[in-house]
Amino acid sequence: MTLQLFLLLASALFSVGLFGALSQQSIVMVMMGLELMVNAAIVAAAAFWAFVSPSQPDGQVLVLVVITAMTVEMAMGFAVAIAIFRASDVDMTDLAAELKQ
Amino acid sequence: MELVIFLAMAVLAVSSGIAVFVVDSMARATFALAVSFIAVGVELILLDMGYLGIITILMMVMEMAIMVVFMIMLMMNPGGLMPMSMFHNTRGSWLISLGTFAVLATGSLLIPWPVREGEPPADLTRALGEAIMGSKMLVMIAVSAVLFATMVSALVLSTSRGRYDS
Repeated sequence: MTLQLFLLLASALFSVGLFGALSQQSIVMVMMGLELMVNAAIVAAAAFWAFVSPSQPDGQVLVLVVITAMTVEMAMGFAVAIAIFRASDVDMTDLAAELKQ
Repeated sequence: MELVIFLAMAVLAVSSGIAVFVVDSMARATFALAVSFIAVGVELILLDMGYLGIITILMMVMEMAIMVVFMIMLMMNPGGLMPMSMFHNTRGSWLISLGTFAVLATGSLLIPWPVREGEPPADLTRALGEAIMGSKMLVMIAVSAVLFATMVSALVLSTSRGRYDS
């Protein structure tokens, strides 16, 4: 196992998540894409810590913060999805186009 | 042996990640995402980060168990009864994500990464615990405030009628 292999895995996960976040119509499916991208960040941060400076605890704390960020993202994402659904019956990104204005 | 497990889990993580956007039911997509997270948790365990790997697996399995309820609630295609495309701008998304993968992959293969400095401590979980309770305590204090703010704002956003609405 090398750092490069882990980074390749992280790049693949990130790209799959990016594809999902860009191409999905449903708001919750967009959030699944975002979660996959954060998943890639976890892999990359953990691999960097283990292969570059394992003597410091910084990398582990960073992974912990990323996992927390993912949880916060899910909670706020669902709250916003429910709020916009209640406000205007919108559950697809294309229907929420007035947010642009 | 470790390499075999790594490769198997890497393939599982990426393929179930792809499955999230391919399966026709959003509930199944949620479970595919859970499988992807479990594979990533196993990768962390392979890096000797047992504690972080296990909390990733536990948190994500619980998170997906909650998420599947919301997925069914907001499902576009209940039970696969009404086949419909859930995609838009597929071509552009393909181009952008393949381009991103090309850039990231070449970067991770070509950049001369720094060599390993120092050895990991004997007990990684203990080192993490001491860091959280010592030099990195400010991080965890900030995280606790953020989590509390998240709980309050998620409730405020998602209640249908608050105390002060008419």
